[in-house]
Amino acid sequence: MDDRTPITDRRAPVIEPGHTFATVTDKISSIVLTRPTSNGWIVGFGVAFLLTMGLLYAIGYLFVRGVGIWGINIPIGWGFAIVNFVWWIGIGHAGTLISAILLLLRQSWRNSINRFAEAMTLFAVACAGMFPLLHLGRPWLFYWLFPYPNTMNYWPNFRSPLVWDVFAVSTYATTSLLFWFVGLIPDLATLRDRSDNRWLKMTYGILAMGWRGSARHWARYETAYLLLAGLATPLVLSVHTVVSFDFAIGIAPGWHTTIFPPYFVAGAIYSGFAMVLMLAIPIRKFYGLEDFITERHLQNSAKVMLATGLIVAYGYGIEAFMGWYSGNRYDSFLLWNRLHGPYSFFYYLLLTCNIFVPQVLWIKKLRSSPAWLFLISGVILVGMWLERFIIVVVSLQRDFLTSSWGMYYPTMWDWMTFVGTIGFFLACMFLFLRLLPSISIFEMRTLLPEAEVKAE
Amino acid sequence: MKPTATYGLMAEFDTPGEIVKAARLATEAGYKRVDAYTPFPIEELAEALEFHHNGVPLVVLVGGILGCLSGYLMQWWIATVSYPVNVGGRPYHSWPSFIVVTFEMTILFAVLAAVFGMLALNGLPQPYHPVFNVPRFAFATKDRFFLIIFARDAKYDVVKTRVFLESLNPHSVSEVPS
Repeated sequence: MDDRTPITDRRAPVIEPGHTFATVTDKISSIVLTRPTSNGWIVGFGVAFLLTMGLLYAIGYLFVRGVGIWGINIPIGWGFAIVNFVWWIGIGHAGTLISAILLLLRQSWRNSINRFAEAMTLFAVACAGMFPLLHLGRPWLFYWLFPYPNTMNYWPNFRSPLVWDVFAVSTYATTSLLFWFVGLIPDLATLRDRSDNRWLKMTYGILAMGWRGSARHWARYETAYLLLAGLATPLVLSVHTVVSFDFAIGIAPGWHTTIFPPYFVAGAIYSGFAMVLMLAIPIRKFYGLEDFITERHLQNSAKVMLATGLIVAYGYGIEAFMGWYSGNRYDSFLLWNRLHGPYSFFYYLLLTCNIFVPQVLWIKKLRSSPAWLFLISGVILVGMWLERFIIVVVSLQRDFLTSSWGMYYPTMWDWMTFVGTIGFFLACMFLFLRLLPSISIFEMRTLLPEAEVKAE
Repeated sequence: MKPTATYGLMAEFDTPGEIVKAARLATEAGYKRVDAYTPFPIEELAEALEFHHNGVPLVVLVGGILGCLSGYLMQWWIATVSYPVNVGGRPYHSWPSFIVVTFEMTILFAVLAAVFGMLALNGLPQPYHPVFNVPRFAFATKDRFFLIIFARDAKYDVVKTRVFLESLNPHSVSEVPS
């Protein structure tokens, strides 16, 4: 069995029949090269751009006034900045999972969604990376986080999980960017050779770096790509593990627990696939890519969400169980505080969004309906955001001493920054769809039956 | 020395099966300086051109080892030699805390080695290459398959090589000016 077999099996096809190398190439490259910019794109990009401007305004004001404009206080020093950081970086994980882990598992259906999933990763990591930096208080000194010889004779403390996080996230951002760009090189060469416009030809030509599809180049390329996938796989698992260490190495009740790494990774993939679906469903509809992003992709993504959602549910169960079983009064109080404290509404909302609602994905009819999947994905994204909110805020809100209890209320600047990053993320996605092939053209060619080398 | 006017002879094929067969016949006929251009990777083609080992895995291994060593040694040196900080009497060389950064540095260096090593071994970026002088070559990134026998091949002969390529039943044969 090779990885081209799924085309002939009885499940929904990964690529509709009747396509050839030429039609696949033309259809995907036409989105970038020949089709006029649609009004929908202009409106969508316009809205996203306005939100991005809101983000810049919020950041500008933050630089002038400092983090006091946010709702953070003592005891809740982390607030929205860390909630959003964890949420965004989790969303990014699905892109790497699709591009790297599914490649190693020879899941060739991934070929039509990996490109934009990787782009999603890149933009999500960019959004995530902003928050800890903005939260620094003096963000212009962010480079102090890196070990570099300096006149202060000072070095970072490598025993701190926050320094581990700097290394994990910057390695992840670099790897995601390079993996995505390496995947793009052959397609950039296709665009270079297909475009009539001289300026475009030069731009794509420079980016393609003179790629000509030599057999020896392809052999090295494939080896490098496979090795990158092999390196990205443990990396992506490590990144959210390290993010969870930011909490688990601390001693606050509800944070100091060994379930965090696997439960964080599962949650990351859960929310990431929800975002993939929220992007894929409109993209395939508006650009007429139903032939390439088929029902099979939607169903498989839904199944991944169902599985990771159950792991997340197990994580919640263990948290609650350990709160009771440990006999530690602070841990059991945390459980009580989640269920009955001032933020209990959000805890119940979180359970509804992340555990109860997604169970409808067991029903095949809903799993294969794009509209329902879009809706459920939205619910999951809200749920996963609430999960991070509960973890960050409820644990800090009431810790060991009643004298240090407090409440957290986000301000308008918190919201503006958060919504602004969503706008920034969408604006990047809109630009990506317009300027680069959103589906990997050369990998789609390998999926066609005619790509097979027939024995004489 | 005057540069050769011809860079090579290029034959165009329609299917992956044909190009693999043509590449195999060309190597069997004794041509050493042969290459093929395809719109997507074909494993059998590299085999047919007797290109079995590429240097990428070694480069990545070296990159990973360098990253691992530099990551750990950097932390060890900082924590014990350059900037020892006593945190609650814990040992300066607290190696379990150094695992994460060592791991991330291993991955980072290996990834950089994989990407830039692959590009360097492929000789990219390369702004100019003679094969782009053939107008039909624009289809090598779409749906056509090209085989080239370079003029610097010892067995290369303008007439005989062309006859040989014609015998492979290609779509067309064209001369590549250098």
